[in-house]
Amino acid sequence: MYSEKVMDHFMNPRNVGEIENADGVGQVGNPKCGDIMKMYLKIENGTIVDAKFRTFGCGAAIATSSMATEMVKGKTVDEALKITNKAVAEALDGLPPVKMHCSNLAEEAIKAAIQDYYKRHGMDWGEGDVCTGCCDSCHVEEE
Amino acid sequence: MDKQIYLDHSATTYVKEEVLQEMIPYFTEKFGNASSIYSIGRESKKAIEDAREKVARALHCQPKEIFFTASGTEADNWAIKGVAFANRNKGNHIITSAIEHHAVLHTCQYLEKEGFEVTYLPVDEYGMVSLEKLQEAITDKTILISIMFANNEIGTIQPIKEIGRIAKEKGIYFHTDAVQAVGNVPIDVDEYNIDMLSLSAHKFYGPKGVGALYVRKGVKLHNFMQGGAQERGRRAGTENVPGIVGLGKAIELATRDIEGYNSKLRALRDRLIKEVLEKIPYTRLNGHPTQRLPGNANFSFEFIEGESLLLMLDMKGIAASSGSACTSGSLDPSHVLLAIGLPHEIAHGSLRITFGEENTEEDVDYVLEVLPPIVERLREMSPLYEEVKRGVKNV
Ligand SMILES: Cc1ncc(COP(=O)(O)O)c(C=O)c1O
Repeated sequence: MYSEKVMDHFMNPRNVGEIENADGVGQVGNPKCGDIMKMYLKIENGTIVDAKFRTFGCGAAIATSSMATEMVKGKTVDEALKITNKAVAEALDGLPPVKMHCSNLAEEAIKAAIQDYYKRHGMDWGEGDVCTGCCDSCHVEEE
Repeated sequence: MDKQIYLDHSATTYVKEEVLQEMIPYFTEKFGNASSIYSIGRESKKAIEDAREKVARALHCQPKEIFFTASGTEADNWAIKGVAFANRNKGNHIITSAIEHHAVLHTCQYLEKEGFEVTYLPVDEYGMVSLEKLQEAITDKTILISIMFANNEIGTIQPIKEIGRIAKEKGIYFHTDAVQAVGNVPIDVDEYNIDMLSLSAHKFYGPKGVGALYVRKGVKLHNFMQGGAQERGRRAGTENVPGIVGLGKAIELATRDIEGYNSKLRALRDRLIKEVLEKIPYTRLNGHPTQRLPGNANFSFEFIEGESLLLMLDMKGIAASSGSACTSGSLDPSHVLLAIGLPHEIAHGSLRITFGEENTEEDVDYVLEVLPPIVERLREMSPLYEEVKRGVKNV
């Protein structure tokens, strides 16, 4: 069901844990729906220098968390905001259709962590909250 | 991967060698159509009738009360729709439970669209139907009670005898989905006042794609398939002779020594349950502590999700299952776990282990060796567990 890459990131997840004194922390999802992703970012001069995560969820949720942290590292905040769920899924050589919402969660987690970074630095985020913590906001593509 | 341990016997079982050997000739040299009059046709006919007798012996009924079907699902569909449509003049109310297999639940939901009323009895925290609630639900329009013998997820065995007595007193037909019970629980349809009973061969070391429905003589039931005269015209379609032969042999073997099989499985199950609950904190057993299928253990591990647990167990060669949403292809966790009152997040973290004939104490040792570190590893990744460790969240 899962690609080799998903299984690799699931069995050997990169960047599990937390960053002390992180510059941005975002948590999305809801235990009711069976997945929560929490992302920690270390940001220096507008560039993400480190990223870690903790995730409660299925194989795809853990693998996408792992991949998303890998993808944001070294990127500027603006670049990281442009990472889409599709890009995360593609980097994992695809996800089964029913699992696409998990990659959605990764995109949301990145945004939530950066939003937190903006807030801490008194910068204007502009848009509303990324994740309402409600299942529907992350599970939009399901029946 | 060296070790391979199959711990999902409630999903399906392998076909026993003796069963397979009996089936094989009916694929090859004894391929005749049971409706044909020449000798290989008659041989097929005889093989079907022998199998029917074996099923009748296992359930303590008459062979002519047994009808072969293509699955347990078909038997459930037939019993429920068949009674509903044949007895519409008497009433339109059906009583079932909230924890039935989808073969029953979805059939009842279909009937609701057709104008029937269905009561889905709630269950207690152990998955037991309450007899008082059943009594209360009965109206003068009730035509059918369908309550499963044993639950496929949590293993809870219902008070079938008492339900049968109530149904008989009220003159209401009683159907039971015994797909998980056959071979695990001794069944006597007369003693239990069962009017209809569904079973499926692949749950007791027979082949997939063949089942049977017991229909007590006199029960008013519409035919399920229109067509030829097979199964005395009640279930048309050329018979799956090898499958039926396999079902017959398998049920004979499965009911030969239920107590012996039971006590072996119970020993494995009870040790697993005891040690898992001791070794792994924040864990609960789902289902009834004693009134449960001998091979069934169902746990919820808090703060983790079932699919990731199954994937990690699979990497260690263990095949098991879960009631997590992610394994069911829907967003909600198992309706059974929700019906026993588990919160969503705990229902997502369930693990079902179902033992079978080939399992050993060494298999239990192996599970006890690999399961705790996997649960711990997933918890270390979980933000929920982190909150508990930091004391932010109370449990
Ligand atoms: C309780 C119960 N009922 C019905 C079924 C369906 O049986 P079958 O797989 O033969 O259609 C199953 C098996 O999945 C079951 O466990």
